[in-house]
Amino acid sequence: MAAPRVWLLWRIGVFLAALAPLVFWGWQVAINAAGPEPGNYLLLNIGIGGLWMLLLTLSLTPLTKLTRWKGFALIRRQLGLWTLAYATLHMLSYALFILGLNWALLGSELVKRPYIIVGMIALIGLAVLGATSNRWSMRRLGKRWKPLHKFAYVILGLVLLHFFWVVRADMQEWAMYAAIATLVMATRLPPVARTLPKLRYRLSR
Amino acid sequence: MLIKIAKPSDLHESDVTPESIYLSRRRFMGGMAGLGAGLALSGHVRANEDYSDVPEGDAPAWLKEKISDTQWRAITPSDPDKDKIAPFDDASGYNNFFEFGTDKRDPARHAGSLETQPWSVVVDGEVNNGGRFALEDFAKPSQFEERIYRLRCVEAWSMVIPWLGIPLAEVIRRADPTSKAKYVRFETLVDPEQMRGQRSSFSIIDWPYVEGLRLDEAMNPLTLLAMGMYGRELPNQNGAPLRLVVPWKYGFKSIKSIVRISLVEEQPVNSWQRIAADEYGFYANVNPQVDHPRWSQATERRLPNSLFNANTIDTQMFNGYADEVAELYAGMDLRKHY
Repeated sequence: MAAPRVWLLWRIGVFLAALAPLVFWGWQVAINAAGPEPGNYLLLNIGIGGLWMLLLTLSLTPLTKLTRWKGFALIRRQLGLWTLAYATLHMLSYALFILGLNWALLGSELVKRPYIIVGMIALIGLAVLGATSNRWSMRRLGKRWKPLHKFAYVILGLVLLHFFWVVRADMQEWAMYAAIATLVMATRLPPVARTLPKLRYRLSR
Repeated sequence: MLIKIAKPSDLHESDVTPESIYLSRRRFMGGMAGLGAGLALSGHVRANEDYSDVPEGDAPAWLKEKISDTQWRAITPSDPDKDKIAPFDDASGYNNFFEFGTDKRDPARHAGSLETQPWSVVVDGEVNNGGRFALEDFAKPSQFEERIYRLRCVEAWSMVIPWLGIPLAEVIRRADPTSKAKYVRFETLVDPEQMRGQRSSFSIIDWPYVEGLRLDEAMNPLTLLAMGMYGRELPNQNGAPLRLVVPWKYGFKSIKSIVRISLVEEQPVNSWQRIAADEYGFYANVNPQVDHPRWSQATERRLPNSLFNANTIDTQMFNGYADEVAELYAGMDLRKHY
């Protein structure tokens, strides 16, 4: 039974790759290489990391269509859960390192700052998707599972809005992520979605 | 609304040196006599062993000479235990200087491309003594002072920095403003070749970076034109070779790498006000009661901090310099003039 073992290794490899940035940032903080505000360093890096995870997760379906490789489908749930993990750590970094666990301040910030509200909605959305990502939920929800998990597209929009509102001066980085997100979402448009498998035949010839 | 604009020659209450500073100067001079003798022997530029771990810069000879003749510790925090000087690496490695990128570490990475020698400053507008001055001649008539100020960023973090520079008031007096001069406008260098942030087509800043002060704010004794910090010249990322330091205002008012100082009649539109007038005003006085629309200004994170201690402290009105500057804003609605 060589094949299942290969897939297991693939999934472990993806797990370690997704964990690696967190280990790296933690190590940078530990050796004092993260600057004078290590909490902010973690907050920003984990936030961007979470956006990467979300974009990667949403790239798996078009990639599967394009290549028919089973490996992409196998890691979809894992990457989705990594997105949730990054988003949770991002929020915890904010509460711990920026607010210093001043919950009263968190309460007033939540009400007043639109980007925090948008971020919280996105996080709650991710938590709902994470909680319903197991087989039992899939069976329970049946036909409703798929439309529910298309909420990931809305979450991507919310995350980009959250990011947009934090930018102070230069839109270049944001524009880059927005462009990637647009590309990933464009592959969902029916004409594009139909073309992807055809493209595969052309590439394989 | 009628705002009374004081003539530069008018004496303000704020022109009077606070007694504590006066006394600390005397104490300081006494201490310096011995230290100065020691330095003369060693031939060392720096007058304070606090900076022994600060890397040597590459200052031109005239600047080294000015620095060696500094009046050290001219202004110090009243509570040095609370306001501890930030490590040099933090002050020079964590900067907002969008001309070199938007990440806090970008300026330290990319500002090396800025050529600061030679440098000249244009003084123009409503002045009798304008012109273009070599930085050396610009600095020459004034003695350098070391001033340890709190720097409060509008992003709700702060550091304590020992600056070296000259009072802006002396520069303005030498320029001899006309009766029409009511504001001072400052401009940063524009050179996309040297400043990679200015090459970004996504930047929402309309270069050059512009800042401004009311004339009485500019004449306030606290307002400093800095050319050095930590006993040496300014690192490029901190605004070399000439920057403004206005300690009671948010950091973005303290414009860097200045090439032009104009005395003007109309209130200048500073860059951040142009970008987002609902978030950044002309005055930008540190004020814990007036929040930024996207975050609270009631507290600040004093840097460096750590994961286990965010080092959050209460923000003080006028960044703790109310005694020196509050009267400048008497009768003004600071919620409106944020």
